[in-house]
Amino acid sequence: MSRRLLLGIFDNEHDIMGVTQAARESGYKIVDVYAPYAVHGLDHAMGLEPSKLPRVCFALGLFGAAAKVWFEYWTTATDWPINVGGKPFNSLPAFVPVTFEVMVLFAGVSTVIAFLYVCGLFPGKKAKIIRHDVTNHRFVLVLEQSDAAFDISRVKRLFDSYHVVRIEERLEEAAG
Amino acid sequence: MAEAHPVLHQPWIAGDKSPAQVTDEICSTMERRPSTAWWLALLVSFTVMVIGFTAIAYQLKTGIGAWGLNTSVGWAFDITNFVFWIGIGHAGTLISAILFLFRQRWRTSVNRSAEAMTIFAVMCAGIFPLIHMGRPWLAMWMFPYPNFRGPLWINFRSPLVWDFFAISTYFTISVVFWYLGLMPDLATVRDHTGSGWRRKLAAILCFGWDGSYRTWQRYETVYLLLAGLATPLVVSVHTIVSWDFATAVIPGWHTTIFPPYFVAGAIFSGMSMVLTLMIVARKTMGLEDYITPRHLEAMCKIVLGTSGIVALAYLTEFFTAFYSGNPYEQFAFWNRALGPMGWGYWIMVSCNVLIPQLYWFRRVRTSVVAVFIISLLVNVGMWFERFEIIVTSLHRDYLPANWTGYTPTIIELATLAGTFGFFFTCFLLFCRFVPVIAIAEVKGILSHGQPRGFHHAGAPEREPALAGAGVFRSVTGEVRS
Repeated sequence: MSRRLLLGIFDNEHDIMGVTQAARESGYKIVDVYAPYAVHGLDHAMGLEPSKLPRVCFALGLFGAAAKVWFEYWTTATDWPINVGGKPFNSLPAFVPVTFEVMVLFAGVSTVIAFLYVCGLFPGKKAKIIRHDVTNHRFVLVLEQSDAAFDISRVKRLFDSYHVVRIEERLEEAAG
Repeated sequence: MAEAHPVLHQPWIAGDKSPAQVTDEICSTMERRPSTAWWLALLVSFTVMVIGFTAIAYQLKTGIGAWGLNTSVGWAFDITNFVFWIGIGHAGTLISAILFLFRQRWRTSVNRSAEAMTIFAVMCAGIFPLIHMGRPWLAMWMFPYPNFRGPLWINFRSPLVWDFFAISTYFTISVVFWYLGLMPDLATVRDHTGSGWRRKLAAILCFGWDGSYRTWQRYETVYLLLAGLATPLVVSVHTIVSWDFATAVIPGWHTTIFPPYFVAGAIFSGMSMVLTLMIVARKTMGLEDYITPRHLEAMCKIVLGTSGIVALAYLTEFFTAFYSGNPYEQFAFWNRALGPMGWGYWIMVSCNVLIPQLYWFRRVRTSVVAVFIISLLVNVGMWFERFEIIVTSLHRDYLPANWTGYTPTIIELATLAGTFGFFFTCFLLFCRFVPVIAIAEVKGILSHGQPRGFHHAGAPEREPALAGAGVFRSVTGEVRS
């Protein structure tokens, strides 16, 4: 399987925003958009679902906090109870600070790990660089030429109305 | 252009830069040969660091007896420096997390270096409790792990244990947050730098970042989540540091005002340290267009605001001591201001309350020299604040027979100096090898390319068509709106 891709290269965030919105409304299949910085609202223009990472953050935060409360209770009240200044063995209020810190630690670190995992990023990964200037100043809209109905001249007209800098056609070899 | 509404539309980045120009200028701070001033500064910081580490080695060999502590003053210089450095770190998280949540777009110019400052400051702070243990090779005893000493667990009711968890979480989250922000910029460095070790290293360290918006969308989500987590975290860290004191029954320490008082003081001193570093960095690395007097002014306003909170805390402490009717509490505060170490108290009041009032004047806030001097003085004042809180509360306790003084030894002074050397060595290396300004974030707030009026400033630049298969060149005239 390989895909025929059409790349439109744009020069500023307003054009990429407009052309992405227009391409989606015209029913073209948007493979991806490449940008040098996070353009706010582009995810709506692309029709991306909101990320599910907040769920990971919540779940692991909750897990970290729960595990820590249990651990503090188990060590302090069950496994090795020591009388410290006559305080009760199960002194829950005193467990709050460490529980909070562990919650933040679990939630934060696990969210970042989940982010790297879903995006397929890891140290030393060889990047699939679509163009060397997308990390500098250019924006690239990648459309898939999905069927016979894909009319290149119409797409070109659409791109042109958003000041396209350059149009490229590529053949993408299926990975793996 | 923006002349029509200079107040409303004045851009944060001067010079109407294009994104490509931002990439070039910020990458050039790493690519060009370092200046003589940089080498000189590195040499001095490195030397001081070595002196400090020698002092630490001596202290570890001899024991804590190398310090000026005695049976009454069991905590002094070491803990002062610890609290001071942790406080310095707080401004970085304030800028990166809290100001992000408040949508303060000026933060983009300073957040990278402020976060780096946080990391280095927390490392400096961590040195002190570690060496105070006397046997730092047993530091892992702070961590609850299954062991053959019982199994003996740490005491989770102790504020010192809370502190260990708070500082290690704070350090971890700060590093992760900083690195996450760095990934897109490392990809920029990879694609901007022609070849060589810098490109190879950036390619490995950027985790294969390709600028895909699907990644950007998740990145933004993660950034927001981390900011949301780091905000209560930073408040909790200095709160817990203050509990090291507030949970003790020492007059002068045992007060409920400590958490907000410490957090405000931390942001106050940290923001001043950011000002100090930024003024030096913008001057020596030619970043005047990125860190403008407007940025400095915004930070001065935060310093002024937190100075007010700190001043209120000083007054509240005195009022509470008076109003409590507790003679020990009253004596502790009388002794703090008018006792044998009262000179430190008045340095603190002058530097933290009186001098920052100059920031009410716009002329002072916009004068780089004045801001630099005041930022240094604030840090002197904040160091003395911690010294006064810690030492004056201990050196004259309930029994006059126990009363004594405290003078730091040369070892303690060298250790403090050494942490400054370590801090500046790290910061100078950071300025040299890491993009000092968050390139991707700055591009998002540029005035360049924004619609001005009803049409674009000019026709977008066109590239010549390259020879090769599948290259289309649009030949129709562009449509202008």
